[in-house]
Amino acid sequence: MVDGAVPRFWREIPQRYNLVGNICQSCKKIYFPPREYCPVCRRKSMGKMKDITLSGKGKIITYSIIHTGTSQFEPLVPYPMAIVELDEGPRITTQIVDCEIDQVKIGKKVEIVFRKIQQDGHIGAIYYGYKFKLVDGDK
Amino acid sequence: MRDVAVIGIGITKFGELWDKSFRNLIAEAGAKAIIDSGISGKELNAIYVGSMSAGRFIGQENIGTLVSDASGFSHLHIPTVRVESADASGGLAFRQGYLSVASGMNDIVVVGGVEKMTDVIGIEATDTLATGLDQEWEAFFGSTLAAEYAMIATKHMHDYNTTREQLAQVAVKNHANGALNPNAQYRRAMPIESILRSPMEAYPLSMMDSAPVSDGAAAVILCPADKAKKYTKKPVKIIGSGQASDTLALHGRKKICTFESTVKAAEMAYRQSGKKPSDINVAEVHDCYTISEILAIEDLGFIKKGEGGSAIDKKITTLDGKLPVNTSGGLKSKGHPLGATGIAQVVEIVTQLRGDADQRQVKNAKIGLTQNVGGVGASCVVHIMEGM
Amino acid sequence: MDKVGIISYGAHIPRFRIKTEEIAKAWGKDPITISKGLGINEKSVPSPDQDVATISVEAARAALKRININPQEIGAIYVGSESHPYAVKPTGTIVGEAIRATPLLMVADYEFACKAATAGIQTCMSLVKADMIKYGMAIGSDTSQAAPGDALEYAASAGGAAFIIGNQNIIASINDTCSYTTDTPDFWRREGKKYPAHGGRFTGTPAYFKHITNNAKNLMEKLDTKPQDYKYAIFHQPNGKFPVRVAKMLGFSIEQIQQGLLCPNIGNTYSGATMLGLASVLDVAKPGDRIFLTSYGSGAGSDAFDITVTQNIKKLKKNNAPLVSELIENKKYVDYSTYAKYRDLLYYD
Repeated sequence: MVDGAVPRFWREIPQRYNLVGNICQSCKKIYFPPREYCPVCRRKSMGKMKDITLSGKGKIITYSIIHTGTSQFEPLVPYPMAIVELDEGPRITTQIVDCEIDQVKIGKKVEIVFRKIQQDGHIGAIYYGYKFKLVDGDK
Repeated sequence: MRDVAVIGIGITKFGELWDKSFRNLIAEAGAKAIIDSGISGKELNAIYVGSMSAGRFIGQENIGTLVSDASGFSHLHIPTVRVESADASGGLAFRQGYLSVASGMNDIVVVGGVEKMTDVIGIEATDTLATGLDQEWEAFFGSTLAAEYAMIATKHMHDYNTTREQLAQVAVKNHANGALNPNAQYRRAMPIESILRSPMEAYPLSMMDSAPVSDGAAAVILCPADKAKKYTKKPVKIIGSGQASDTLALHGRKKICTFESTVKAAEMAYRQSGKKPSDINVAEVHDCYTISEILAIEDLGFIKKGEGGSAIDKKITTLDGKLPVNTSGGLKSKGHPLGATGIAQVVEIVTQLRGDADQRQVKNAKIGLTQNVGGVGASCVVHIMEGM
Repeated sequence: MDKVGIISYGAHIPRFRIKTEEIAKAWGKDPITISKGLGINEKSVPSPDQDVATISVEAARAALKRININPQEIGAIYVGSESHPYAVKPTGTIVGEAIRATPLLMVADYEFACKAATAGIQTCMSLVKADMIKYGMAIGSDTSQAAPGDALEYAASAGGAAFIIGNQNIIASINDTCSYTTDTPDFWRREGKKYPAHGGRFTGTPAYFKHITNNAKNLMEKLDTKPQDYKYAIFHQPNGKFPVRVAKMLGFSIEQIQQGLLCPNIGNTYSGATMLGLASVLDVAKPGDRIFLTSYGSGAGSDAFDITVTQNIKKLKKNNAPLVSELIENKKYVDYSTYAKYRDLLYYD
């Protein structure tokens, strides 16, 4: 028996692989992850939420460098974790990869990459998803 | 709604208590509170207990019943309520107990908080603390509780020039206070160097910026205020109670460096009590990390937003300062058994308002405040109390 | 042959590198002897969050960034690798989902040691020629393991490239292809085992050299061409020496193979090797340039291709994705202990 939440992960593949959020047709606010209905328009937005694919570009709002990770992430320490504000508005929490730790700064532009996020041991499934890298690379 | 008073308090030592089980701890705290209050167990109408994650730490649910059983009350068939709001479970249990007496539904209740965190090994505790985060959109991608608070610290340092030294001073102050608390996990003053040189947990927060993993329990007895003097000479009245929630994930908030849940919960409590921040004589706030205390004193209205760091420099919140904060040693030095913390804060404030705090006593403490936070500001419970 | 060819391509090489001398030091060997003997200076190393699926997705997305096609019109994806993350559950399904080509899509994963991806190109070519699909994608990518202390450890690296095959707006026409296959046990990996085994010096003459030279001669005979007719030649590169030798044996010059010879700087990316070599050539090729590509996969087989670059290469938005030279230059060195941690060589529960 595997320990993971395979159906839940599968359900979220559009979000984890392709940043599919949704937009309220009423007020045009964009949400990621997608919501059942818009918290602003509430019942007016029911049935009016439409899928939208976000560009994967954003900027760093704040960050930390994790030295004590949870069990799935210990091999990667120390690693940067950041709150990124996507160009379309929503904010997400994500790892920053492919740079030196001291290059991570508030305000820097980032873009999406595809990485392995977790795996359910050596027998269970592998969960892929988004991480982000600095747009200007190592400069 | 009628007034409610705290008539008894009980607390265990906090620490890595290898010899004590979950059941031992809550039974000990509950018994101490009942004896302190002068009631007989038979008078209890209900048991409220806060515990964040007994399911993961000891593999046990059905906690309400377990607590009643471990305390020897099963034959009374009392209603039990286990309350969860991450590490605000204790504070929320206190509010629930209070509401049940204020509404007239119950007369005498015991409210306890308990956590047994050391029966699991190291990284399992980190994983379990992370369940207070957004599991799917924060923890799944590699974030930890420390990292979320660290991101707040990074932004606070960026926006308000708060320094690592100011954060460290919070820990220094709380360890100095904890040294005077016989039940604290750490009872030794720490110089600022040992804070600043300790290994990083999540930059800019080091191990010494962080509250420890702890076992412990605390309990209080509540009764209608107009009956309180029947039981005890030093009852303490609950004059304000507030609670609020916010988005689960930090990235969903309007502001990174403000806990709206604290602001709103405090507003509720201030409004009910008719008090202002400047009326508070002593406060116990939720310093799971040093940055959390800085945020708390700002969000509770004691200090202007952004000036938390300089308030520390000005020693406003030390034991002999204008507004002593965390005289118990705070979560940092006293210990942080998650579900117990909210009740432990009440125990300290009641002790202060009774004048029983010995070397930690704040002179003329009349009005005290407790602030208990769940997760990364996802929820907050604030209570204001007054000596009767 | 009817018109068919490459319409876009993309590459991905992980950022970490380990120097040959660093590995040699760990095993008490003389670094100069090893790097000179193998013709490899350093190799690419994947981080723990990278694998064949992530590299394939990055390469595929890079290919799509360079042109304007609707990914739903990709009718087939074949991923060739020796280190697929799952033995059962195709990498192609993960790529298909990540580039939004699903669900009307043919997918299968290929295995033929280092030539799995060129086999994928041949399959895409036939599907396009048969008018069964509009576009096909062939990806070669690997994060191959080598047993610690084995000679292969200096070469086994990580990287990949993706090619989109079609019959419109072709940037490089595939004029013809042929293959040469035998049952030759030069290098293999048994089911369920972590590391491959090989026949030492047996992997040379009867394996690599025999299959490449015979296949190459076959194709040139079929097309009536000589080595001098080609601007570029790409051969499979298990180390920095073999491709130089086989080029000489066939009559190609060192100048012709230079652009496609990446092994000295990134090691042997197995199924990604000739694919990345071709991507590197296309990064600089001009219209009219003719390319001769011969892959080799142990077990054993070889696929050869005769390719001519067209005017359309000028329209390709090459700079929308990193060039192979940029991927090679974007690097950070690790030491052997970090390498061992990343490659999961340290067993712990």
